[in-house]
Amino acid sequence: MAGALINVPERAKRGEIVEIKTLISHPMETGYRRSQTGARVGRDIIRLFVCTYNGTEVFRAELYPAIAANPFIVFSTIATESGTLAFQWSGDNGFSVTESATIAVD
Amino acid sequence: MPVHPSRREFLQATGGVAAVLAAGMVISVTPARATSAAMDEAVRRVVGPARVGKGRVKLELPPLSENGNTVPLTVSVESPMTPAEYVKAIHVFTELNPQPEVASFRLGPRAGRARVATRIRLATTQTVTAVTELSDGSFWSDTAAVVVTLAACLEDA
Repeated sequence: MAGALINVPERAKRGEIVEIKTLISHPMETGYRRSQTGARVGRDIIRLFVCTYNGTEVFRAELYPAIAANPFIVFSTIATESGTLAFQWSGDNGFSVTESATIAVD
Repeated sequence: MPVHPSRREFLQATGGVAAVLAAGMVISVTPARATSAAMDEAVRRVVGPARVGKGRVKLELPPLSENGNTVPLTVSVESPMTPAEYVKAIHVFTELNPQPEVASFRLGPRAGRARVATRIRLATTQTVTAVTELSDGSFWSDTAAVVVTLAACLEDA
């Protein structure tokens, strides 16, 4: 269910700007739709995405129901040092997923 | 020499005037349509009393979208992204979705480049606005109009 895909280059030159692509499986139920019985379908979205680079936050996104299902987020960061990029998605109904990727900086 | 203009001359003259009038109307109507009260309020909540300038930020969306459930969006801002001068945040709003906020991206000098992309939902044909906040406290915006043929929020689960 909570599968996350991350695309981070394995290697980069120091100071290079690297593009990071993330995709996570999630319905992003808006809370504005009604089921076939007419009952409102409760909101269930990812509200926050945070990326940290060796523990320092480099990017954050606050999401609203207008983000398409299976949120896809592309951003960039400067390859400063070898280490770990950690990604966390959190949202309604206690949703929380963390994922990480390593990058080697020459 | 004819005193009265021929039918052709008359139509050419008046048609030209009408076209100019029509163009003028379109130009004057567009800015009014680009915002709704709900979106203005949402932008104000983020921006506060600051003035929002036009330019510096570029919002890219397809002009025509067949599926409002997933519309690719890219926002980029002209900025050197140095510790002295960088983009602090990029906010995206829609005028006619049930909720005007779409996303708020927080960046910093470590982003290297002020460019983010995602996929959004659009309930109907409308204008999308991106507002960016720079490190000097100024705000800049750009808008893009999208024609949506299949609206989001309507299909069954």
